[in-house]
Amino acid sequence: MANENSNNKKTMNRRIFMKNAGIFTGGVVGGSILGGILTNPFLKEESETPQTTTESASDFQEARMFFDRFEDFVILRAAVERIYPEDDNGPGAVELGVPYFIDKQLAGSWGTNAKEYMQNPFKVNGDTDDDEVMRYETPLNRGQIIIEGLRKLDVVSEDKFDDKFSNLDGEQQDEILQLFDNGEVELTGVGSQHFFSLLRKMTIEGVFADPLYGGNKNMDGWRMVDYPGPRPGFIDIIEEEEFVKMEPMGLNDYQQS
Amino acid sequence: MAIKLDKVDVVVVGTGWSGGIVSAELAKAGYKVVGLERGKEKTVNDYLGSKDELRFTQRYDMMQDLSKETITSRSEMDEEAQPVRTQAEMMVGNDVGGGSAHWAGCTFRNNPFDFEVYTKTVEKFGKDKIPEGMTLQDWGITYDEFEKYYDRFEKTAGTSGEEDPLGPPRSNPYPNPPLKSSPAINLFKEAAENLGYHPYMIPAGNMSEAYENPDGEKLSQCQFCSYCSHFGCDFGAKSDPVVTVIPTAQKTGNYELRPHSYARRVLHNGKKATGIMYVDMKTGLEYEQPADVVVLGGFTFTNTRLLLLSEIGKPYNPKKREGVIGRNFVGQFNNTFLGVRGFFNDKKFNMYGGAGALGATLRDFTVEHIDPEGKNFIHGGHPEIRQYGLGPIQSLAVPSDTPSWGAEFKDNSVKYANSMLHVWFVPGVMPWWHNFTDLDPTYKDAFGDPLLRVTNKLTDQDINIAKYGIEVTRKIMEEMGADIIDEDEVPEEFDHIYSGGHYAGGVAMGADPETSAVNNYLQMWDMENLFVTGGSAFPHFSDYHPTGTIGALAYRAAEGVEKYLKNGGLLAEKKTNTHKMA
Repeated sequence: MANENSNNKKTMNRRIFMKNAGIFTGGVVGGSILGGILTNPFLKEESETPQTTTESASDFQEARMFFDRFEDFVILRAAVERIYPEDDNGPGAVELGVPYFIDKQLAGSWGTNAKEYMQNPFKVNGDTDDDEVMRYETPLNRGQIIIEGLRKLDVVSEDKFDDKFSNLDGEQQDEILQLFDNGEVELTGVGSQHFFSLLRKMTIEGVFADPLYGGNKNMDGWRMVDYPGPRPGFIDIIEEEEFVKMEPMGLNDYQQS
Repeated sequence: MAIKLDKVDVVVVGTGWSGGIVSAELAKAGYKVVGLERGKEKTVNDYLGSKDELRFTQRYDMMQDLSKETITSRSEMDEEAQPVRTQAEMMVGNDVGGGSAHWAGCTFRNNPFDFEVYTKTVEKFGKDKIPEGMTLQDWGITYDEFEKYYDRFEKTAGTSGEEDPLGPPRSNPYPNPPLKSSPAINLFKEAAENLGYHPYMIPAGNMSEAYENPDGEKLSQCQFCSYCSHFGCDFGAKSDPVVTVIPTAQKTGNYELRPHSYARRVLHNGKKATGIMYVDMKTGLEYEQPADVVVLGGFTFTNTRLLLLSEIGKPYNPKKREGVIGRNFVGQFNNTFLGVRGFFNDKKFNMYGGAGALGATLRDFTVEHIDPEGKNFIHGGHPEIRQYGLGPIQSLAVPSDTPSWGAEFKDNSVKYANSMLHVWFVPGVMPWWHNFTDLDPTYKDAFGDPLLRVTNKLTDQDINIAKYGIEVTRKIMEEMGADIIDEDEVPEEFDHIYSGGHYAGGVAMGADPETSAVNNYLQMWDMENLFVTGGSAFPHFSDYHPTGTIGALAYRAAEGVEKYLKNGGLLAEKKTNTHKMA
C-alpha cells in the first residue's frame, strides 16, 4: 500500500533548478533572441525553417469552432477591440487573438458551464443591480449569453445609428457598449450588464492568458505589462530594489524545461 | 444495494490537513485506516508544468465540480435561497489534499483570547458590548492547553516564520527562518515602524530553506515562483498534505487512500457510528465501509451536511435558538480583506514574483492589543501586505476613477501594472443566532440529496470593524507614500460570494453540549465514536487565517481518537453551567 514514489522524492538540486530557470538579476535581459536561446535550446534550429511555414501552422488554429455565424464573430471582433484597443502601449484585442481565444473558450467546458450547478429553478437575473452580476442566476450558459448579447449589439446599433455595430465609428460603438455595461439594454434570460462583464472578463483573459489558449499572441500582452511568464522561480530577484524586466517565456517553453 | 466491505479501525472522510493528519497519526500508531476522497488522486507530478493562470485562478481547476454538489445561500430566514452556481462564486478545494493543496500558506495561530472569546470579551469590552443575538462562546480549551498542537503542526508543515514581538507564548521557535523580504514588504514594515507598530513576517507554509519534517518528509526551498494560491506547488516547496501527511500515512502500510469516493452518509445505530456509505464515482457503485471509529475531516460544508443527512446530533433551530448542527456558521466574507490600494507613480515592484504567504503583518490592532475605548465593535484584526506574485489577469489594477474598459483603462492598467500595492485588514468574525446552515428544501445534489443551505448576513459589527480596518490601512499606506490611495468599498450586505475558502462553524466545539456539537477532542457529544474535525469546529472566526488552527485541531482530534480506541467513552466532561447567550 505504501507509495514508492513518496520515498523516492528528492529535493531538487537548486543549482540545476536555477540553470533551467534562465533568470538574470540586476537588469533587463536582452532581446528576444538572447532570451529564447537561453531558455530553449531548439529555437535556433526552428528559426531556420522558412517563416511562411510557421505562419501557416499557426493559422490553422485561427478558425471558428464555437461561433456558427460569421456575423456574430464580426460583432465580437469589433466589441473586444473597443474594450482593449490598440494604442501606443501595444496591440489591441484583435491583434492579440482575443476573438479566437473567446471562440475556443466558449467551445469548451467553460462555455457550456460543465462544472457549474445548472439545476432548475432559476431566478432569472434581468435586473441591473451590481451585486447580481456575480450571482449567476440564468439557465443560459456562457456561450448562449455571449451570442444573446452580441446579436443584441447589432439590434441596438441599427436602432440608434441605422447601421451594424461593426460599421459604427469607435465612439458610437463605445456609446452602445456603455449601455450594455450600465444594464440599460434588455436581453432574454440575462442582464445586459452580466453579458458585458463576461465579455470584458474574457477579453482581458484573452490578452493575458498563456498563448497556448490562442490569445496573447506572441506574448505581446505580457510584454506590455512586463510580465515574464511562468518561470521556475524568482528567488534571485525577490529582494532586488530595481524592477527587473525579462523577455517573457510561455508554458510551451516552461513545460519542456 | 451497497456493497459491504471489511471493517477497519478508522474510516476518515477527507484528505486535506484535517483528514490527512488524523490518518497519518493513526496509521503511524498501527491502526488500519481508510481515507475517502471525493476527488482525484494527486501527487507532485500532477502539478509539474501547471503554472497557468487561466486554468487555475480563472477556471478553478483545483476546485469542487459544482455540477455534482454546491450549496444554496440567502441572507434572511424568510427568503428562498439560491444555489451558488459558479466556481467564481464558490471556492472549495477538491481532490487529494483538498483545500490544503491550493492554499496560499499563511500559518497563523489564533489569539489566545479567541479560545476564551466569551469570557475575555466580557472582561475586556464589558458584557454590555456583546449585542443581543451574538452567540459568542468559549472553545472549551485554552491557548495554553492547545499550544502543543500548534507546535506540532508547524513542525509537520515546516512553517517559515519570525518571532512576533507582540505574539503569544511559544514552546519552540518556528522550524524554519522567515522568508526573504521584498522591497514592497519592506516599505510596509518601515511605514509601520515609523507609526510605532510592530511588523513581522507572516508565518508561511512556503519553505525558506529545504526542510525535513519529523515524519521524514522532505520539502524543497521555495523559489518565489508565485504559483501557490489556487495552485499545487510543482516544486514540493509549499507544505501541503500531498507532500507531507498523505505519504506519511501511506508509508506505514496501514493507510488505504480511496480517491473518487463520495461520502453520502455516516452509518449508525443511533448510539454509535458504524461506518460510511459512499459512491465510487468511477463505477457508480455504492459501498459501505464499516469502522470502529468514523472521522469526518472534510470541508466545513461537507462535515455539517453529512451530519444533517445522516441525522446525527440535534440540528440547529434558529427560531427556537436550540440545537447545534449548523449553529455558529461564520466566514471571512465581503467585509473582510478590505483596505486600501496604493498606486505609485515613480516606483515599480517585481510583483510578478512572490509566494503565497510572503508578506508582513502586525498585531497592534488585534483583540488583545486594541483599545476598546470608543470602538463600535468588539474583537479586532490585523493589516496585511502580501506578495503572492500575481499573474497579469489577476493583478490588473487601475485607480478607481478610471473606467473599467477602453483606451483610458488600458493606458492606466499598463501604467500601474507593477506599481500598485494593496494593504488590507482582516477582522475577526463573530457568530450570530441568524447565521447558520441547514438542508435546502428545493435544490439537490447529483444523487438527489438536499444541498446544504447557508443563511448569513452582515451585521453592524461586521460593517463597523471593516470601516475601522480601512482607517488603519489608510494610515499605513499614507506613510508608505503612495501617490493615489483608493479605499475599498465597505459592503452593506453579504454578496453570497464564497471566495477565499475561509468559512467555518456548523459543528462547533465547546464544553457545553447545548451550544457545541463536539468536545475539545472533536468528539461528538451525541456519538462517542464519531469525531468531526476541521474549520467546522470553529465557534467564531478569529482575525487570523484558519489553516494553522485547523492543522492543530487535527492533531488534537488524532490524540482523541487514539485515546478512544484504547479506552472508549467520552473524553471530556460536559459543562452545562456555561453562560447562555442569545
